[in-house]
Amino acid sequence: MPDRRTTAVLDLSGLDALVEVLRGQGRTVVGPTVRDGAVVLAELDSARRLPFGWGTEVEAGRYRLVPRADGAAFAHTTGPQSWKAFLHPEREKLWSVDRGADGELSVTEERPPQPSYAFLGVRPCDLRAIAVQDRVLAGGRYPDSGYRERRVGAFLIAAECTEPGATCFCVSMGGGPGADAGFDLALTEVVDADGHRFRVRSGSDAGEEVLAAVPHHPDDPATGTAARSAVDAARERMGRAMPPVDLRALLAGSLEAERWDDVAARCLTCGNCTMVCPTCFCTTTEEVTDLTGDHAERWQRWDSCFDLDFSLLHGGPVRASGRSRYRQWLTHKLSTWYDQFGSSGCVGCGRCITWCPVGIDITEEAAALQAETSAGLPHDDREEPRR
Amino acid sequence: MTGVPVPYRVVRTRPETADTVSITLAPAGTAALAPFTPGRFAMVYAFGVGEIPVSVSRIGAGELVHTVRSVGAVSAALCALRPGDRVGLRGPFGTGWELPRAAGRDVLVVAGGIGLAPLRPLVLAALAAPDAHGRPNLLVGARTPGDVLYAKQLSDWAAGGGPLHCAVTVDRPSPTWRGRVGLVTELLNEAWFDPANTTAFVCGPEAMIRATARELVRRGLAPDRVRVSLERNMRCGTAHCGHCQLGGALLCRDGPVIGWDLARDLLTVREL
Ligand code: SF4
Ligand code: SF4
Repeated sequence: MPDRRTTAVLDLSGLDALVEVLRGQGRTVVGPTVRDGAVVLAELDSARRLPFGWGTEVEAGRYRLVPRADGAAFAHTTGPQSWKAFLHPEREKLWSVDRGADGELSVTEERPPQPSYAFLGVRPCDLRAIAVQDRVLAGGRYPDSGYRERRVGAFLIAAECTEPGATCFCVSMGGGPGADAGFDLALTEVVDADGHRFRVRSGSDAGEEVLAAVPHHPDDPATGTAARSAVDAARERMGRAMPPVDLRALLAGSLEAERWDDVAARCLTCGNCTMVCPTCFCTTTEEVTDLTGDHAERWQRWDSCFDLDFSLLHGGPVRASGRSRYRQWLTHKLSTWYDQFGSSGCVGCGRCITWCPVGIDITEEAAALQAETSAGLPHDDREEPRR
Repeated sequence: MTGVPVPYRVVRTRPETADTVSITLAPAGTAALAPFTPGRFAMVYAFGVGEIPVSVSRIGAGELVHTVRSVGAVSAALCALRPGDRVGLRGPFGTGWELPRAAGRDVLVVAGGIGLAPLRPLVLAALAAPDAHGRPNLLVGARTPGDVLYAKQLSDWAAGGGPLHCAVTVDRPSPTWRGRVGLVTELLNEAWFDPANTTAFVCGPEAMIRATARELVRRGLAPDRVRVSLERNMRCGTAHCGHCQLGGALLCRDGPVIGWDLARDLLTVREL
């Protein structure tokens, strides 16, 4: 029997009902909402908490909310957080250990049942970022059990992009503003003379089931056309693009580029880019002991390759210079990630550009490396030694 | 996270040098890790302090030996363990030396300093299967005579009589040192191996690995038959923490033992 995949239309009360149905299933519904001057991701008790009437204006190192007259809920671009904050949380207890009177150790992995999430408003770039983290954290020989439990339980509702930001470049990373796969439901927001509504497509049996429980209208040609043309238009309005070259090869061949000195002179090695990036997964561990000295806990927390201690060996950090740390970040994102996990580590969401305090732009850095490499090519062909 | 540490009991400890201790461990209860092969490592957990990667330096029946040099908080805590104390172990992780892949070839083991620790079980395995290989060689370099690990065993081996060609050299001799002085690569001249039919196993400081591997390739070894063991910061052992990256390699998963054909480029870029 072929899987049923329904396309329908939700009005605003349908969106409300969607959140209610998901909450009724015991899910923690998380979505964008306005807080402290930004669109953040937080638990939603109702669809009314979505950022209706707010858009965003972004540039390298800049982000601000701007009111919108059309009342759209999903017309903002990616904010400072991503879904990894929920699937791969910033801090997580790995195990705890108790030492008995005879010195015996008893180790327990005590993870409470993980929330079963519903993510409302996942951008197509972030859907791809989730797929990237799936490969890293759950796709190898040792799947991360906590991540897998949260991920398997998560219900994903995509929101296709109709308002890309000035720092977005997903199209040049092989993605796009439309969602093709990897979701349970996908929404496309349409606001026009016929009203404010959401074209919805189911992408899984679970999505089909939820959609059936939500009052909806049948798909109609006007909504279908409006939704498709909004997404098509977004594809043409990407704020930025990566240079159209083999980025994996470019970065692999740029380890000694002079551009690293240039960017290192600007980079504060603050690690913001790694914190906001939806695919960055690196963690470190901490040992926490209580006052009795007989109870210890092992915690994992996000770490950044910009931290000096990240590469610490007994002789000191391997990557002591800012140059080597920026090179590690960009080379990992665009090149060595393929070697390690079979894809790029960048989905073109633009967060690292927006949230870099000094406005370092990875598309500009890649273009500069490309310019340096192609400028350098003729030299490689020269026969006589250069002095 | 993947798996929690399995409690192990310290059976005995043995100081090797001023800052290095060998710790013999056996399962504290019924749970035990899967068997190790030479070159692989465990994440060793010191209660209340933390966890570090340590290769196995001997693999016994129901026992594992780790040789630990005190260079940080966790290794210092491990070096201070007494018999009966408990630690936690996760593993085995990483690639091993894979001695069986060297079947039929001469075996050339070159160690620098603490780099001898992960190589010792390989030497023992080669000696235990003498017919599987050509002649085994063990060349050891250390900073000073006081830094030579397993000194008694090495001097027995170096005294000759067995199938192993063993030689030891130091950078800085003490007044009583009567052995060789100089770089470990200088011992290659007397080693018995046919470069066209040899697998080399190299571990030590990166500068020593580089110099040794280059010299071996210069002498005609195929780069992929020079196996080197590399070290980077590691927090998890399961390819999730990102710390052990060296270019495209995650050393806890793709290493620590990799071929010089891959390692060469990675070790020639500074601060990679
Ligand atoms: S590297 Fe930058 S643009 Fe690419 S996925 Fe990460 S944050 Fe987004
Ligand atoms: S690139 Fe920007 S965000 Fe990233 S570490 Fe440097 S200054 Fe911070």
